[in-house]
Amino acid sequence: MKLLYFAWLRERVGKPEEEIDPPADVATVADLIAWLKGRGEEFEYAFEAPELIRVAVDRVHVEHEAAITGAREIAMFPPMTGG
Amino acid sequence: MAATIRIQAEPFDLAAESEKLLEGRADIGALASFTGYVRDEDGRLSALELEHYPGMAEDEIGRVAAKAEARWELLGLTAIHRYGKLAPGDPIVLVIAAASHRRAAFEAAEFMMDYLKTRAPFWKKEHLKDGTTGGWVEAKDADDSALLRWEE
Repeated sequence: MKLLYFAWLRERVGKPEEEIDPPADVATVADLIAWLKGRGEEFEYAFEAPELIRVAVDRVHVEHEAAITGAREIAMFPPMTGG
Repeated sequence: MAATIRIQAEPFDLAAESEKLLEGRADIGALASFTGYVRDEDGRLSALELEHYPGMAEDEIGRVAAKAEARWELLGLTAIHRYGKLAPGDPIVLVIAAASHRRAAFEAAEFMMDYLKTRAPFWKKEHLKDGTTGGWVEAKDADDSALLRWEE
C-alpha cells in the first residue's frame, strides 16, 4: 500500500511518500503506527505522540481503531489548519 | 444543486464567482460570502505556505458541501481554497452560499468555514521576515469546538 505524509510529519519522516508492505497482523491504523515506530529514529520521532496524528484511508478521515485491510492509500498528517 | 469546488494556486475573484452563481437566476434572494486572508501577524510574517493533500482536499470539501446542502435549502454553493506560497494580504479561501433567504445563506457559509478549517486537508507553514522558517501553524481547540454548535 501507498503511505503519504504531510506537513511536519513529512518533514520528520524525511519523505513525502513510500510503498509499504506491513505484516498481516498490522490490522488497524493504531497497529500501523506502532509498526512504523519500529522502523527507525525518524519514525520514532515522527510518531512520538500518536494521539496527534490524523489519518485518512483512501482519502477519507478515519479513527485510529479503523481497519486498514485492503487500503490502497493511507495518509498521515497533523491536525489540519486550512481556511 | 451542484456545488463548485476548486483547489488552486491562483487568486480568485469574489465578484466573478458571485456573478457565476447569480447568472440567469431570479430565485436567489441572498448571497453570503466569506473570504479569508493571510495576516502579517504583527509584521512578523513574510509568507504563508499552504500544503494540501491533492485529491482528498476536493473530496473532503465536497463531502462538507453535501452536508451543507442536506441541511439548508441552497440555490448555489462555491468553495475555493488556495495552496502554495501566499503573501500577507492575499486571499486564501472563499465560500459563497446562495439561498432564497438570508438565514440559510449566512448559516451555510459559516458551517462551511467551520468544517473546512478542521476537516479539509490543508496545513500552514509560516515564513518569517527575518528569513527564517517559522513553525507549522497549530490547530486551535476553538476551531474544533466551533463544530459542536452544528451537532445536535
